[in-house]
Amino acid sequence: MTGKLILKDGTEISGYSFGKEKSIAGEVVFATGMVGYPESLTDPSYAGQILVMTYPLQGNYGVPSKEYWESDKIQVSGLIVSSYIKTPSHHQSERTLGDWLKDEGIPALEIKDTRALTQKLRTKGAMLGKIELGEKIQFADPNKENLVARVSTKKIFTIESYGSGNKTIVLIDCGAKANIARELSARNVEVIIVPWDYDFLNANIKFDGCVISNGPGDPKMANKTIANVRKLLAKKIPTFGICLGNQILALAAGGDTYKLKFGHRGQNQPAVIKGTDKCYLTTQNHGFAVGKIPKGFREWFYNANDNTNEGIIHGNLPFMSVQFHPESRPGPLDTGWLFDEFLKKI
Amino acid sequence: MKSKKIGLSRLSQVQGGTEHWADGVVHLRRGPSGGSNEEIGQKVARGRALPADGRLARKSYKIKKVLVLGSGALKIGEAGEFDYSGSQGLKALKEEGIKTVLVNPNIATIQTSPLLADEIYFLPVTPYFVEKIIAKEKPDGILLSFGGQTALNCGLELYDKGILKRYGVKVLGTPVSAIELTEDRQKFADHLRGMNVSVPPSEACGTLEQAKAIAEKISYPVMVRAAFTLGGQKSGVAYDEKQLIEIVSAALAVSPQVLVEKYLHHFKEIEYEVVRDSAGNCVTVCNMENMDPLGIHTGESIVVAPSQTLTNDEYHALRQISIKIVQSLGIVGECNVQFALNPKPKNPNTDLMQSKGQNQEQIQNTKYKILNTKIEYYVIEVNARLSRSSALASKATGYPLAYVAAKLALGITLNKVKNQVTKITQSFFEPALDYVAVKIPRWDLEKFSGAEETIGSAMKSVGEVMAIGRSFEEALQKAVRMLASKARGISYAGFNTATPDLERWIKIPTPKRIFALAEGFKRGMDAEKIHEMTGIDPWFLYRLKNIVEIEKELGEKKKLDKESLLKSKQAGISDKIIGKLAGKTEAEVRYLRKKLKITPSVFQIDTLAGEAPAKTNYLYLTYHGSHNDVKPLGKNSVMVLGSGPYHIGSSVEFDWSCVNTALSLKKYRKKSIIVNCNPETVSTDYDMSDRLYFEDLNLETVLDIYDFEKSGGVAISVGGQRPNNLAGKLHENKVPILGTAPENINRAEDRGKFSALCDELSIPQPEWANCASIAEAKTFAAKVDYPVLVRPSYVLSGSAMSVCFNDADIENFVEKALGLTAKKYSVTVSKFMVNAKEIEYDAVAQDGVTLVYAISEHLENAGVHSGDATIAYPTQKVFSSTEEEIKSTSRKLAKSLNITGPYNIQFLVKENKVYVIEINLRASRTLPFISKASGVNFARLIVDSFYKKGSPVRLSYPDHVAVKSPQFSFARLAGADPVLKVEMSSTGEVAAFGADLGEALLKAILASNNLTEKKSALLTLGGPVNKRRLFEATKLLSDAGYKLYATGATYDFLKEREIPAEIVYKLNDGKMPSVIDLINEKKVAFVINLSEQNGEKVKKVGGEVTDGYLIRRAAVDSHIPLFTDLQLARSFIKALTEKSLDDLEIKSWREYMPKGKMDI
Repeated sequence: MTGKLILKDGTEISGYSFGKEKSIAGEVVFATGMVGYPESLTDPSYAGQILVMTYPLQGNYGVPSKEYWESDKIQVSGLIVSSYIKTPSHHQSERTLGDWLKDEGIPALEIKDTRALTQKLRTKGAMLGKIELGEKIQFADPNKENLVARVSTKKIFTIESYGSGNKTIVLIDCGAKANIARELSARNVEVIIVPWDYDFLNANIKFDGCVISNGPGDPKMANKTIANVRKLLAKKIPTFGICLGNQILALAAGGDTYKLKFGHRGQNQPAVIKGTDKCYLTTQNHGFAVGKIPKGFREWFYNANDNTNEGIIHGNLPFMSVQFHPESRPGPLDTGWLFDEFLKKI
Repeated sequence: MKSKKIGLSRLSQVQGGTEHWADGVVHLRRGPSGGSNEEIGQKVARGRALPADGRLARKSYKIKKVLVLGSGALKIGEAGEFDYSGSQGLKALKEEGIKTVLVNPNIATIQTSPLLADEIYFLPVTPYFVEKIIAKEKPDGILLSFGGQTALNCGLELYDKGILKRYGVKVLGTPVSAIELTEDRQKFADHLRGMNVSVPPSEACGTLEQAKAIAEKISYPVMVRAAFTLGGQKSGVAYDEKQLIEIVSAALAVSPQVLVEKYLHHFKEIEYEVVRDSAGNCVTVCNMENMDPLGIHTGESIVVAPSQTLTNDEYHALRQISIKIVQSLGIVGECNVQFALNPKPKNPNTDLMQSKGQNQEQIQNTKYKILNTKIEYYVIEVNARLSRSSALASKATGYPLAYVAAKLALGITLNKVKNQVTKITQSFFEPALDYVAVKIPRWDLEKFSGAEETIGSAMKSVGEVMAIGRSFEEALQKAVRMLASKARGISYAGFNTATPDLERWIKIPTPKRIFALAEGFKRGMDAEKIHEMTGIDPWFLYRLKNIVEIEKELGEKKKLDKESLLKSKQAGISDKIIGKLAGKTEAEVRYLRKKLKITPSVFQIDTLAGEAPAKTNYLYLTYHGSHNDVKPLGKNSVMVLGSGPYHIGSSVEFDWSCVNTALSLKKYRKKSIIVNCNPETVSTDYDMSDRLYFEDLNLETVLDIYDFEKSGGVAISVGGQRPNNLAGKLHENKVPILGTAPENINRAEDRGKFSALCDELSIPQPEWANCASIAEAKTFAAKVDYPVLVRPSYVLSGSAMSVCFNDADIENFVEKALGLTAKKYSVTVSKFMVNAKEIEYDAVAQDGVTLVYAISEHLENAGVHSGDATIAYPTQKVFSSTEEEIKSTSRKLAKSLNITGPYNIQFLVKENKVYVIEINLRASRTLPFISKASGVNFARLIVDSFYKKGSPVRLSYPDHVAVKSPQFSFARLAGADPVLKVEMSSTGEVAAFGADLGEALLKAILASNNLTEKKSALLTLGGPVNKRRLFEATKLLSDAGYKLYATGATYDFLKEREIPAEIVYKLNDGKMPSVIDLINEKKVAFVINLSEQNGEKVKKVGGEVTDGYLIRRAAVDSHIPLFTDLQLARSFIKALTEKSLDDLEIKSWREYMPKGKMDI
């Protein structure tokens, strides 16, 4: 079956469907990583988005079992590729990418010229779009929705804990990738995962530090999280933000955020520790960035390509955050040491 | 090579054992003390930058003058990639205002141009010469890693001998200690194991018995490696003891030590190219996956970038390990890490997690369960220098690795080096590809009589191509066409339903396997079955199957609608094959395709997958697009067609012409568009032209590019024979060709027409005839008397050319020659002149008037292919009356062919009579040599002539002599007979300058041979003529104190004339001492082996083996210089006995040039 990707600016691109045959609307963004489609598709930060993969071949190694995903389901609204490979080869593969998308009800199109689409998004910025397979639908802006609320753990009063050790970390799930919890737990700490808006400071939880997770959309939508983080800061509890967590920390401490033209989505983003020549290759997936650095904080990392903020750190208190993904998956494993840095503060 | 050290950077373990297998299992989980990037990160984060590195950066930045070592002649295992790396390195230094001194005797390279280097020495890259150059030039820094293993070995020796220290020369970039560690297998393996990195179980040993014991312990199959560095020479896989004995014996013959290691059967082979700066920043610029499983040298393998079958976890685990290794070595610059990866890991090991005290059962939610990803890998090779793989990675990604490595060597950090492609970002990043790059090696095994066809762990290929596409199918099929064989895709290329033994062709790796795989799918074979047979990952096999299926569909449908045509083009199927399937001609398919608006899109390689707007001019074509990234350059542009893959007969010399033509176009304000597909070249560096199409050079692609660009002209005469062959077809398609008119090119290249022209102009030529049958050929041969030369028209590098001495030779040969000749052209049989001189005439003309010419002379008599000949400029033994005749003949030809642009004529001179052998209306192989020897850039004049602006240049008679010597790679080609003949077999060349012929010749021979100072030689001279004619030279040797060894009749001959000699026996004599032992024990400095000119049989596979063959083979296998030509042997001995090393002047190219100006 053929379908269409329609952009808000009127562009129509037809392609072959290889996922669920249904229509969907969202924000169209592109990602430049060459590996890791199962990880990306299950990354809750992509909620509400139609993801365009710039690497032209997708599906090469099939889909592994659920334990390797970054969340329980495919999070993207739709997928756009140049060529879909229906003959995967890998010992971990359990099904094809196409079958997985069908099973999870996610539409996908093979459109060949993903480069033209990428260039358009780069020039005009991330744009609303829709995949039409049969039914005609309206555009919808996911950034107007509280996406964090949508992807955060639903069991509002259930605290999931795992790992063991004598230190406990609360992980605020704004759409956390599973690997954040895995990374923490591998470092011998107990991790308690709480919903984005859970008032854990008033709950009867004993903990030593807090990690604010990654997540989708505009950070200002996560006002309840921001309010909770403000309380954390007041209590001087060690706090570490990742991606959306960086923005939330900045907002909670009095800084500001803004929407980037087309965001950073890829596995080759260079982050430099400010004041040094030390660079790290990082995975990124964000459409918003920290603009105004809050008082008492300084810029910790910056992007070597466009100088945007990549992290902030407090002058003397144990508050820090990064715009990239030290937990990787997908992407380079270069910045896992940040978890150690954080854990040293607790 | 020192006996205690092993040059190979392959890894070993001192104690092999099964417990190491478990080491190979790694977890994606990183512990707090994981990769070294992290450790450094922690230190930096705590405000402790690495002090040592900081100091290095400041100190090395004061460097003012740098010595760069090149790699010398192109040879198998060390080829054009080092012209690319050296050129980029020099460019990077120049930008920093650093003076550069280059040592490289490879005169055809682009790096040996004043454009790139400030001083150039055409001298051997050996410690003796380099020390002299250091003493003279007083550089304060040296780069060792830009000239392959040759430069590295030379540099290490200079370092070890304390020479660098004595002269205060600092090694820039990676510290010598790190290089030495990677070059010492055992220490390096221990180093890796010490940091928990897996290496294959293995042990080194020095005897066959030990090898057997180790193999038993490790268990078969085992990989045997000899202690040599270049491209895995004398390595092999032994599946049983019999094979082990064979391989180990051969390896021990050339090396004191062999390594026996576990053979990782059907593991994947993955490579990473890593760069690290002095601040410890480290990225992997590219990863690549070999389509062929482990066991086939990466230089022999079809390679794809990026990897296709690796998951995120595998990709990044291996990436992390390569960074960890590079950090541990303190590399500053570039490093290549090669891995074996088990596609079906057998040894899952969860110890790592349990040791962290995790209790998995307590974790209820599988979502957060610790990852159980297991990877079984081994590090198999690390090259702490730029390599063939890094050249490929540079071209595949657009990231100029060599350029960046040179900047890093100066202490500049990655984030301070501008991204040369985007111009807006910097170099600390890893390119994101939005395409697939496929490399296929180019072999020329059929050019070497007797050479084995199978490929494996030792390199045999002579060049490579790289293709870029948006699908694997598209890139692979392009690459197949780029090879310039007859294949237009993986199908219909030598295999058909009638081919017997298809399974054998699939199972045993040869250059033809890819085509056998396609035939297998045509016959309905199953991908899984082929996977079992070959170890090739099913992913690749399914892609091949896809091509075959699309072709099948097309063949059944026979209807070319838009959909099927587009689908075919997206699978990389050529117009020609589509036509074949649909019953149309190539031209008809093209017409239809254009009518349906199915034309390729022009895409940029921008390193960031479109994320940032790029200014890049690095382009490729794809049918997976609906837009073009660039706009046509139009009339004001000129397409310059390159030479494609390096192979025997077409090498770096054509790249020189191509690049110089592109650069010279600037003078006429023309935009240059280079089309080429060889990742080893400088012409495919994106800053050598205004636009670079990394594309195929066949008609379909060239027309596609022309149709898009609408260029004002196409230069087909500077890229060798391949673009030249397109003249007629391009002309038919109304493409404007620069220079000589295509009709005249045809008149020169069609032997019949050319001969008629010569008759018309009363120009003598050897008697010849066109023959369409063996009988005709024999009749003609009888008429003119044997020997005769047989060859087809449109010949380059003597493909299918042979001297026939009798009827049987003709029978053998003509069929082969006819088989290789396109139907339109006929086979020529000509009288072969014995004892004639051969002269090269290189010139540039404009409207039939010669602007500049140079005459050079072969030292060997006619009968040695000009590409294999030793050539001297200016001529040494040519009468001026003869030169006058050569000039007048050339003038006549230039006029009647109305030549504009380059041309080259080969003349025979016998008894002062001048005969024309052939004319080529294109830049010849000798053009860079002639340009650099004379000081006049012929390529520049070619461009002038295109625009009718050339004015005549008269070359002044030089007060120096330049000699060009061939480089052979016979040692690499087991079985091949190392004898000079009319078919070309050299893989490269060097040249040197001297005050006289002797000095230049000796330098050139030292630069292309491993000539030791031992004062002894072996003479085996066939026939009375050879003995008599070499007698004077033999006496010179003897008088100079050389100890002579000789076989039977030669010994008797010398004894009769009272020249002291020692007898050695041929194998057939069955007596000791044997001549072969003498050679194997390296008791002689060189071997002179002259055969009677009667067509002595060369060794054929399974055929008879002559003593001559065994002697020649032993010499090349023992790396002892071998002379098989009488004239060359005489000249060499004369020079050797006249000059001592001290007599060889250390003068730069500039010093030889008039007024000390290098104006080319």
